[in-house]
Amino acid sequence: MIKYFLMNLLLSFIWVALTGSLSYSNFIFGLLLGFFVLWIMSRNEYDQRYFYRVPKIISFLLYFIWEMIKANLQVAYDVMTPKYFFRPGVVRFPLSAKTDLEINVLSTFISLTPGTLILDVSEDKKALYIHVMYLNDPEIFINSLKMGVERRLMEVLR
Amino acid sequence: MINIILGILSTIGALSILFASIGLIRMPDFYLRLSVTVKASTLGVGLFLICAAIMFPDDISVTTKAIAIIFFLIITAPVAAHMIARTAYITGTPLWKETVIDELHGMYNQETHELKSDPEDAQEDNDEQTDSANGQIADNEEATQ
Repeated sequence: MIKYFLMNLLLSFIWVALTGSLSYSNFIFGLLLGFFVLWIMSRNEYDQRYFYRVPKIISFLLYFIWEMIKANLQVAYDVMTPKYFFRPGVVRFPLSAKTDLEINVLSTFISLTPGTLILDVSEDKKALYIHVMYLNDPEIFINSLKMGVERRLMEVLR
Repeated sequence: MINIILGILSTIGALSILFASIGLIRMPDFYLRLSVTVKASTLGVGLFLICAAIMFPDDISVTTKAIAIIFFLIITAPVAAHMIARTAYITGTPLWKETVIDELHGMYNQETHELKSDPEDAQEDNDEQTDSANGQIADNEEATQ
């Protein structure tokens, strides 16, 4: 996993050195080229996790940016129109993330989507308390969070 | 082409900061204000930094600085929001009157501020505390008499 990442980085530096221009588009192109070369080279290797994980990280980031834009538009609409549409509430969210790193990353991503705000993590790390702006049904909200952000994040981190 | 991308990104960034500052005035309670402000300002500043990185494509130090600032912004902003919100809740800042549910109510241990995850557990704990507090008051009254 780490080994493949370092090899990928090394290949992209070699690409930058050979082409002789240290601009970031060239570096990213070298990174992509290195990823592709490594993928072809290690088709018979046992450990293929790196090549599954990188597309998942990219798709998670795209999904997160999409969610953030959607939620931002909703909040912006609500701020600009005279009537209030939101129904705020504090919800208890049972965590299936176990380690500190997973909880940290998950709560960072929940906090960064507009409309949700982490109030606190329980002492035994089993529940998050989230302040939600648009709460029609707590069950539906918790399920959508579990199926959306948490499931994708667990796929990336585990 | 690059000018169009720069224009779109910086307009979105400026608009999100504008909406955040209008929201700061218009929102009815503290938590909603916090919730609107933190994210929108993170998004706005992040977009401006990306614009700066695109603007100077030949200078790699600008790009690396922009990436580093965005990274630390994303790491620190939610932590700050979490600490401010937690402090506000513990000191008893009221929620908006149309708040639907408050599942955090009564979950804090009132003396140690330890947070329980199981509602029934927290209930029992707080009952015991109030009992013992009442008992102490009764004892004190007896002592003064």
